[in-house]
Amino acid sequence: MEITMKLTPEQEAILNGSKGEAMAKVMRTLVEYGQIYGATKMVPVTGECGHLVLSFGLMFLGPVFDLYQQLIDEGCLPQQKLTCDPLPYDKNVPQDAVSKVVAKVIYSKQGSYNKQLKKLGMKNPGKDSYTCASYMTEVGNTPKEGDVLSWAESSAVVYANSVLGARCNRNSGIIELFGSIAGFVPYFGFLTDEGRKADWVIELKTTKMPDAQLLGSAVGMKVMEEVPYVKGLDKYLGTELDESATTYLKDFGAATASNGAVGLYHIENLTPEAKKQGTSLIKPNAKTYVITDEVLQEVKDNYPVIWKDPTAKPELCFLGCPHMSLQQMKDWTHTLEEGLKKEGRKQVSIPTVFTASTPVIEEFNKTPESKKLKKMGVVVSYICPLMYMDNPLCQTKPVITSSNKLRTYTTARFYSNDEIAEMLTKEVD
Amino acid sequence: MAKKNKGTKTFQGRAITPGECTAEAVVSHGGFNTLASMQMMSIQTKTKCVDQNNPDLYKKILQGKALCLPQTIGSTTGGMFLYCAVKQGKNPACLLFSKEIDSLAAAGAVLSEVWAPESPMPVVDNLGDEFLEYVQDGDTITVHPDGSVDVAR
Repeated sequence: MEITMKLTPEQEAILNGSKGEAMAKVMRTLVEYGQIYGATKMVPVTGECGHLVLSFGLMFLGPVFDLYQQLIDEGCLPQQKLTCDPLPYDKNVPQDAVSKVVAKVIYSKQGSYNKQLKKLGMKNPGKDSYTCASYMTEVGNTPKEGDVLSWAESSAVVYANSVLGARCNRNSGIIELFGSIAGFVPYFGFLTDEGRKADWVIELKTTKMPDAQLLGSAVGMKVMEEVPYVKGLDKYLGTELDESATTYLKDFGAATASNGAVGLYHIENLTPEAKKQGTSLIKPNAKTYVITDEVLQEVKDNYPVIWKDPTAKPELCFLGCPHMSLQQMKDWTHTLEEGLKKEGRKQVSIPTVFTASTPVIEEFNKTPESKKLKKMGVVVSYICPLMYMDNPLCQTKPVITSSNKLRTYTTARFYSNDEIAEMLTKEVD
Repeated sequence: MAKKNKGTKTFQGRAITPGECTAEAVVSHGGFNTLASMQMMSIQTKTKCVDQNNPDLYKKILQGKALCLPQTIGSTTGGMFLYCAVKQGKNPACLLFSKEIDSLAAAGAVLSEVWAPESPMPVVDNLGDEFLEYVQDGDTITVHPDGSVDVAR
C-alpha cells in the first residue's frame, strides 16, 4: 500500500512498528481506511469518551475477541474511557426456559468479553456504561459541539453529529476502538465542513406531526447514506432542543440510520448547524423529497410481515430501541395510564418491556410514574431488544414494537406509537 | 466504461483490496444491510441472506458468491461482521460495488486485508450504475487485481 496521507513523524514511526506489531496494524488499518476517502491527514480525537458498538459476547464473533485480546496483551489500550451498547440479556425480560439456555449459548463469550471491556476502560461502574444512548446526560458521555469522535453505533453517531453538532464518521465496530487507542482518526467525510452539507431537501407536508420512527424510515430509505436537510419539522418540534425534541430526534435518527445509512441530518431552525448556517448548508444541486401523509402510509404498508402467522396474537412488545429517555418513559406511562383508565383496565394486555440505560432507569425509579408503570405490568430493562430477538427461538415469536430499527433487524412487527398504545390498553382478541 | 467481448462485458472499478477470483453473481439492487443479512451466519451451514427487507437476496446463499451491490447500509457492526465472516470462511467470494464504497464495508475490507491476509476477499468499488443494471444472478464474474471485472453469461 502506498501511503499518500501526510503523517507526523510519530505516526510514521508507529506505522513502522515503534510501538509493537499490533499498534502498527492499528495504524495501518486507520491509514488505509482514510485513504479510501482521500483523507490527507489524521486529526486528534477531542471527545472525552469513546463509544463501542460491540456489547455482546456473540460466539460467532470470536475473531473480534481474539483481536481485542491481542491489543490488550500488547498494551494497546484506549486513551479515553468508553461506553458501549446495551447488554444482550436480562433475567427480568420475559423468556421461556429453553430460550434462556439458547441465549446463554449464543452469547457464551459474554463473561470473557465483559472482562476485556473492563481492561479496555469503561466510563461508569457496573452496567451504567452499557447503552446505545450514551449521550444522555444521565449516562454522561455527551460530546460538545465540534468535538471529533471515534464512535460506532449508528443511532449514537447520527445523534452526536446532528443534534449535538459533534463530528464523527459512521465508523464500523473495531475501527472506532482503533481511533480511541490511537487518539486520532483520518480526516474525511463528516469531519470536514464540506462533508456536512446537505444532498437532499426534505419538504415535510403532512397534516400532523409524523411518527418519528416512520418519518426516519422514509427519509433513510430515500437518501441512503446522504445528508438530508429537513424543512417543516420545526413546525411540530419548535426551535429549541428541549427533551421532547431530542427524544423525537433520537428515534427519527435511529430510523434514518438503520433503514438507510444516514450519519448526519439537519433540521431547519432546530439542530445546531441548521440554526447557524441555515440553507447555506444545502448543496446547490440538492435533490428534493416531498413527504406527505400518503407517502408515510405507503412506506408503512410496504413493510414485510414475516411472522409465520400474520394474524397471530402478539406475545411481547418492546419499546425503547434506541433506549428511552427519562421523559419518554414518563410520557409512555401517562399514555398507558390514560388508555387503561378509558378501557376500565388495570394492566397492559400484551407483556411489555421498556428499555433504557441503567442511569435513566435509576432516575425513573425516583419518580411517581415508576410505581404506576410497575402496577400496569410493564417490565423495565437495560437489555438490547435487538440482541434478545437475535435468539432464533425468540425470532419465531410474534413480537411488536414501535422501533423501526428493531423491525429492520429482526422479525418484530412495526406499529406506530399511537397504534401500540391502543394495542396495549385494549383487550386483545 | 464497460467493454463487451463475445458474451463477456468488462467493467472498470477501483480495487479497494486487490485480488483475483471467479464466482457466480448474486445481485442486490438496493443497499445491502450487512447485519440484517448476515446475522444468522453462525448457525447456518452456508451464509444465507436473512434480511426480510431485501427482496433481491432474501434466503439466497451469499457465501462464496460474487456479491454485487450499490453499497452497504444499516448497523455499524457491518465491518466487524464482514471481518468475522472472512476470518471464518463464511464470506462472499468478493464484494463489487457500483458506487463508492461506504465506510462500514470499507472498514470490513481493510480489517480483513490487514488482520486476515490469509483469506483474501477482493473488493472493488466505483463500477458504475451500468454494472448493477447489467449484472444478473448466475452470471460468472471474474475479478482482476487492477479492479476490472468481467461479467459472462
